[in-house]
Amino acid sequence: MITDRLGTATSFQSILFDQDELDTEACTEPDFFGDLNLDQILTSLSAGREEYELAPFFYRPLRDVEAVHYRHHVLGDLQKEPVLGAVRAFADGMCRMRSNIALVEKLHYARQKQRWFLEAVATYCRAVAALREQLGQLELRSRGLIGLRDYVAAYDDSDEFAALAAETQAVVDALAAVSYTVHIRGNRVRVGRYDGEPDMSEEIEQAFAKFKQGAVKDYRVRIPEWADMNHVEVQILDLVARLHPETFSQLEQFCTRHQRYLDDTIGRFDREVQFYLAYLEYIAPVEAGGLTFSQPRVSARSKDVRATEAFDLALATKLVQDGSSVVCNDFQLTDPERILVVSGPNNGGKTTFARMFGQLHYLASLGLPVPGEDVRLFLSDRIFTHFEREEEIETLRGKFEDELVRIHEILERATSDSVLIMNESFGSTTLRDALLVGTAVVRQIGNLEALCVFVTFVDELASLSESTVSMMSTVVPADPAVRTYKVVRKPADGLAYAAAIADKYQLTYEALRKRIAR
Amino acid sequence: MKVFLMHPDRDFDFERELPANHEALIQDLELDTLLATMAAGDRFMFDVSRRALLVGLPDPEAIAYRQQVMTDCLEQAAVVRDLYTLAGEALTAQKSVWWGLRNDSPRRTLSSAVQKMELFSGFLRRLHAMAEEHAPKFSSPGFTRFFAMLREELDDAYLEVVDCQLKALKFPGGTLMSAQLAGGNKGKAYTLRRPREQGFLGRIFDRSGYSFTIPDRDVGGFNALGTLEDRGTNLVANALAQSVDHVDGFFVMLRTELAFYVACLNVSERLAEQGKPTTFPIPVARGERALSARGLYDVCLALTTGQRVVGNDVDADGKSLVMITGANQGGKSTFLRSVGLAQLMTQSGMFVGAQSLRVNVCEGVFTHYKREEDETMESGKLDEELARMSPIASHVTADCILLCNESFASTNEREGSQIARQVVRALLDEGVEVVFVTHMFDLADGFHRQKLDTALFLRAGRGDDGERSYKLSPGAPLPTSYGEDSYRKVFGASVETAQAN
Repeated sequence: MITDRLGTATSFQSILFDQDELDTEACTEPDFFGDLNLDQILTSLSAGREEYELAPFFYRPLRDVEAVHYRHHVLGDLQKEPVLGAVRAFADGMCRMRSNIALVEKLHYARQKQRWFLEAVATYCRAVAALREQLGQLELRSRGLIGLRDYVAAYDDSDEFAALAAETQAVVDALAAVSYTVHIRGNRVRVGRYDGEPDMSEEIEQAFAKFKQGAVKDYRVRIPEWADMNHVEVQILDLVARLHPETFSQLEQFCTRHQRYLDDTIGRFDREVQFYLAYLEYIAPVEAGGLTFSQPRVSARSKDVRATEAFDLALATKLVQDGSSVVCNDFQLTDPERILVVSGPNNGGKTTFARMFGQLHYLASLGLPVPGEDVRLFLSDRIFTHFEREEEIETLRGKFEDELVRIHEILERATSDSVLIMNESFGSTTLRDALLVGTAVVRQIGNLEALCVFVTFVDELASLSESTVSMMSTVVPADPAVRTYKVVRKPADGLAYAAAIADKYQLTYEALRKRIAR
Repeated sequence: MKVFLMHPDRDFDFERELPANHEALIQDLELDTLLATMAAGDRFMFDVSRRALLVGLPDPEAIAYRQQVMTDCLEQAAVVRDLYTLAGEALTAQKSVWWGLRNDSPRRTLSSAVQKMELFSGFLRRLHAMAEEHAPKFSSPGFTRFFAMLREELDDAYLEVVDCQLKALKFPGGTLMSAQLAGGNKGKAYTLRRPREQGFLGRIFDRSGYSFTIPDRDVGGFNALGTLEDRGTNLVANALAQSVDHVDGFFVMLRTELAFYVACLNVSERLAEQGKPTTFPIPVARGERALSARGLYDVCLALTTGQRVVGNDVDADGKSLVMITGANQGGKSTFLRSVGLAQLMTQSGMFVGAQSLRVNVCEGVFTHYKREEDETMESGKLDEELARMSPIASHVTADCILLCNESFASTNEREGSQIARQVVRALLDEGVEVVFVTHMFDLADGFHRQKLDTALFLRAGRGDDGERSYKLSPGAPLPTSYGEDSYRKVFGASVETAQAN
């Protein structure tokens, strides 16, 4: 570990985790990822970043408020253009370095491997030096990036790195100075030192310069370049090496000596910072579409949660891409309220609302900015989701039972610090059953004091206790077929939609009276 | 090396866009007749001539430059035709060497380029020889400069250098290239080098390098060598191929510029056969209004009929508006066309069909002619006329000339002359010259009564016997046209007779 080599100069280790969370245990995708469409978000934000293997970071929510703040502060710095630019430039450099190393691994001929290895180290040295220089000029606030700055400075100043950089440059320069000739005569190839023989194309241009008549066609041929060499090139290069024995033995020794050139902490930063960059890049077009993200106030104790102008991030990404508008929604739970019971016409945004609530909580626990303004969220111990399953179950009773089994499991495992997203539970059963079972489930959740969104068609569930809050999806009053996708806080009224649609077709009570009565 | 026979300081611009109204000009002035004689069946000459006529020179100096070259051409027709032929032969010869199907091998490109250049080199020698022989017979600044350039630039020493270069590019001693090391230690910046002169012993005792040999059966090895040579020759092949293009460009320009003069020779010879006079006009700077001619005739008519063609005398110096009225079939249209043709021919540097002509240079020639087509659609005709006037209005500028032939006659006279009056007045106020042929008395008389110093009124005359003279003479518009005459001629009876019957 380079930290040892640098002594106690700096204690920086990770841009993602505060000291005590260093263990990177193997993480798997949480159960609810699919239900909340977090899998879609993860897939598209890690597209093109596969080499960084970002998924484990997204599978690890934080429970500690301080740990969340650590990331908030880093993000605060990264959202400043110069900081982001410096980090991106560094990442690009490291990327080039890795593609050089990929060539080292792919190619067979030693002198080629050596040269690409040299190039990789040179790229690395440049990236580190540039990062140091740029971070030094920036005003940083976050502990994470200040720690990094100090670390990189100490590393850059270390004798070891200085020696590496100097030696790299020396070998690079020596190779750049090599200039040779190839003389092909029949089947005989002669490799020699270049000795100032005149350039024939210049001579030709001069000889015919007097005829210049304006722009002409470019006759240069693009001859394909391959990374590897054929045996003729290899033979030529071997002879070039014989002409310049010192330069090439310098190169060879360099490679043997510096196999472990990459500093662990620098390498780790390169990977981890992509967690932020990927997310910021992912939300950028959504922000450009006029939507707001904010860093939520988080608490591991208070279950007073709220958000205004919040939205489903996965859905918004698609809508913004298509140029469609995104409907935002608000919610608020104030002690003793814990459960949002969402009812109202179908396809009115109830599921989206439920998903949004879950996404917000999860993204907050990753220490990331969340979709919405003025957001306050609870750091849960776990998120549980229950979404209707598509699988064929032979009988209705089978399906109902299956649902109950899963809900039971959730209630067994959930604690008062959990967040539950229950979407359209019991949608396939009778009202009476749904009312009975639903009431029971909602009461249990209420007793748990867990935060919950409960989407249902059963009005009565919305007013079971002081812990429930009723919200409804809404329609345009004049044309009930048109959804607003607004979910608003108001008493459940399953008849409202029916009245509106009847009015539209002049089939309300009064309308029918008038039409029928003479 | 520049030809510069069309302009003292630049190439003839073959790419330049033709004026927006060129199609109307060609149709209305029957330019195709003139062009056909110029081209004498040579499509290329036709295109060059068309462009030279339609894109006129902007000032008297530029015109004088071409007139002087043209004068040399008239006196040394045979030499000029020989030069034109030589340029064409050089281009044909070059084309007989194939570049190759695909541009994928610099070695093949180079070998084609060497062959092409060897051919060109022969034609350059011939060109030089012609210059040596004929230069003294030419006196125009254009030809004097041109021949002097050929004698100086294509001297024996230079052509020797060219031949030497071409010989070296066949690589009798193999190909030598320099290179450096790029990523992965692959070679880069391959540059073809001229090998140092080295005697036999020098080659044997040269210890400054190492060699290896490709075994005879190593096909892959030879392919690799080929690719290497391609890399080495890429730049030099490009340089030589581009030089071929440049020399080709020189011959193309020579052929192009001579094409115009040879085309003019064709016309001159045809008119001379018919005993028609031609003269170099005296161009006057733009801004001044000059149009004075003796025996100005319609070259196109002369080229087609072979009959006696009537020339007109005009004295319209200082006039911005020339309005022509009078008898049908009285030579009005012919006169209008002769004015337009003379203007275009003058500004292309040609001679004109007249005994003498003094005319001002204009910014552009526009025509607005009554069109004979779609006569059935009476209601649409005025529409169509106005639709054609609209683009003219958007392109015309001060010091342009607009030739109107029975414009706006597709509606009744009151309406037509009202529109025409407004159009003409606006154009005059904007500094446009207008020559207007009309039978609309209301229009012509309206302008006549204004007694403008800058307006001239011409009338198609007739003899006392009612025979058309086809001559125009100054005269106020008359309230009647001579339709009665035509009627009589055709019907063999007078209008009165018809009415009486």
